[in-house]
Amino acid sequence: MKVRIDTERCQGHGRCYDLAADLFGDDEEGFGQVIGDGTVPPELEREARLAVANCPERAIELLEES
Amino acid sequence: MTVDDRFTKSFSETREDRPLGTRNAPVTGPVEDWATDFSHMEPEWAADPYPIQDDLRQRCPIAHTDRFGGGWLPVRYEDVAAIAYDTDRFSSRAIIMSNFRPPKEIAPIGGAPPISSDPPFHHDARKLLLPAFTKTAVGRQEPATRAFCHALIDAFDGRDVVDAAHEYAQHIPIRVIADMLGFPPADGPRFRVFVENTLEGVNLPPEQRIERMSALFDYLLAQVHEHLDNPRDDLTSYLINAELYGHKLQAEHVVGAMALLLIAGIDTTWSAIGASLWHLAKNQADRDRLLADPALLPTAMEEFLRAYAPVTMARLVKQDMQWHGVDMKADDWILLSFPAANRDSAQFDRADEVIIDREVNRHAAFGLGIHRCVGSHLARMELRVALEVWLDRIPSFSLADPGAVTWSAGQIRGPRTLPLRIG
Ligand code: HEM
Ligand code: SF4
Repeated sequence: MKVRIDTERCQGHGRCYDLAADLFGDDEEGFGQVIGDGTVPPELEREARLAVANCPERAIELLEES
Repeated sequence: MTVDDRFTKSFSETREDRPLGTRNAPVTGPVEDWATDFSHMEPEWAADPYPIQDDLRQRCPIAHTDRFGGGWLPVRYEDVAAIAYDTDRFSSRAIIMSNFRPPKEIAPIGGAPPISSDPPFHHDARKLLLPAFTKTAVGRQEPATRAFCHALIDAFDGRDVVDAAHEYAQHIPIRVIADMLGFPPADGPRFRVFVENTLEGVNLPPEQRIERMSALFDYLLAQVHEHLDNPRDDLTSYLINAELYGHKLQAEHVVGAMALLLIAGIDTTWSAIGASLWHLAKNQADRDRLLADPALLPTAMEEFLRAYAPVTMARLVKQDMQWHGVDMKADDWILLSFPAANRDSAQFDRADEVIIDREVNRHAAFGLGIHRCVGSHLARMELRVALEVWLDRIPSFSLADPGAVTWSAGQIRGPRTLPLRIG
């Protein structure tokens, strides 16, 4: 599983880096950034889903790998 | 004394060069039917707007009024979001629904950039502010905020009943923003008056409104001069020196942005802290849960922000159009109710209940789209610290007199009198 932020939609609400600090950080203007390549280890899947579900701009995508 | 040519005129002098806007005669008094005659300035709305909004969502769902020269009130999440995202058809040239519409020429900058700005200017004015308001940057204010909250509670020593709105919630954002702008902490009480005049004086005669606004702008100009003489590391000096498109900002931009930061940060955060304490004073089970599990506070806080969202914005319709089934006219107001969006059951399960462990909470208390609250990270820090310190110091509290609680009217809603029994 991977997470991705659509930078066109992100407005820097910061729900992602509040809720899933291991997966997301912020840049110098407060916009959300995926840490590393966005790969979500199994133990962080719950946090990843929380971030997706709470982003007010629906800017986070979850790419499920089969 | 340092002279900067940009700041030599007083507010009343600069006003004279400005094009005029349009004014309507204020209409006040009881609302006949909320679907056709709504007013956010009436006491019924201030006391409890949610049943009104819920009713409109069922039967309307976009209400109209002839007051304020004409306006619309969408109450569904979907409509509020669509308008917030549609900056082509809805302008932020004015964001306080009143009887005055500023002239079209002030777009896309407006009187208090970036909140009053439209694209493309908005992006650049906003960008200037963002670095000072990131989560990391505002984190630097946290120790001082915490110490200040403790000092406020120290001052309650020996009393059984305190007004948590007046004696606690109000002071916190005032102190924080005064520090960030580099204004004397002792001026705090004056800011309260400025805020009230801007946001709650909507139905006053124009001369009185202008006089009150001049007082704010003249104060800010005096602060600019003081900072020109004694530059320091704060937001005022930052704005004086900031550049856009290779030039320093115009005086109106500097002072307008200072006014925005002062006004936008105070009533709003005060309201959020007050409403959260009001809820906890009434709900012992929620209070006990937070005392037992302090780690739940950030989640609970988001729920308070959803259910008691303090901020409603406004827009002006740019051109005559049909929009979602209604006939909008150019310069009609839109009362953009993020609080109503946050209580739409099409968007939230059990939307009318306050569920402090609600995990999925895509609320819009800080707006949606390009105008997302620049101060949201600061406001969240203040709200969290204010509640942490209160719960730590005063774990047991209740409404001393439920009938004495009052709420502000207008676009920022929160408790303005909140007597709590703390003994
Ligand atoms: C709980 C407290 C607060 C709430 C609920 C709140 C809410 C909002 C909302 C809904 C908007 C969107 C305006 C629109 O769409 O037209 C906004 C904008 C803004 N807020 Fe806040 N606010 C709060 C605290 C603060 C604080 C503490 C500051 C800074 C000192 C601040 C500064 C701003 C600014 C500068 C804007 C304009 C952003 C833009 O137009 O790009 N706010 N706020
Ligand atoms: S929660 Fe959404 S809008 Fe906010 S920073 Fe993260 S991705 Fe961006």
